[in-house]
Amino acid sequence: MVWWIGLGGICGSILRFLLGTWISLRSTSKFPYGTFVINISGSLILGCIAGLHEQREISSMLYALLGIGFCGAYTTFSTFGVETIRLLEQRLWNKAAAYVLCSVSISIAGAWLGMWLTIR
Amino acid sequence: MYKKGIAVGLGGFAGALLRYGISEWIPAVNGFPWGILIINWTGCLFLGWFLTAAGRQFQIPPHVTLAIGTGFVGAYTTFSTFAVDTVHLMQDGHMGKALLYIVSSVIVGLLLAFAGVRLGYLGAAKSKSEGKVV
Repeated sequence: MVWWIGLGGICGSILRFLLGTWISLRSTSKFPYGTFVINISGSLILGCIAGLHEQREISSMLYALLGIGFCGAYTTFSTFGVETIRLLEQRLWNKAAAYVLCSVSISIAGAWLGMWLTIR
Repeated sequence: MYKKGIAVGLGGFAGALLRYGISEWIPAVNGFPWGILIINWTGCLFLGWFLTAAGRQFQIPPHVTLAIGTGFVGAYTTFSTFAVDTVHLMQDGHMGKALLYIVSSVIVGLLLAFAGVRLGYLGAAKSKSEGKVV
């Protein structure tokens, strides 16, 4: 069980690093699009996985690997927090407010959509 | 790039396991996910301090910064579980608790990230005034 979570954690954090780097190299904006896209997509995926797990369509082991390990490590709250502080330090108030409000609302909507798609 | 990936992966392994351990140790109370809340709060405080101090106070090699900052703390904290737990609270009809969870996660998380950044600046200024390079 613990090893599945660890394995998922390795894959999730590396994918976050690669995708985050890839997006930031292509973005000229100070808005942190990398973490933004990662947190929203990860919330949607975890919504699907949680929905499937609740219906016992996937095993607890697969949930540990993909849900707790992969999605948990792929998405991040701490980077979201520090990036918001960096925007505030640069007095980019609108970008900071948009980042917080959109990250939270779209991620929750994504998690809900994921569950809705998988729970029948 | 593959060395960076290994550094991030090692940190991610440890971060995911610590998150699991703490979330099992601090269970949800009446559906309110205290474990993840405390994980995200502490992760914000630590990352704010670490990323600020890493570049100013300590001469930490880039791979170590990646392993600890991007890998370990990044994987320790989580946004997806926060979102899914919020939806669970809403689905169970606990709209007040869901709102409290969102507001406390975000507001306290940001305040702690800010406190961490300030601590990093303070430590850097202190070591500079003492002429120390750690």
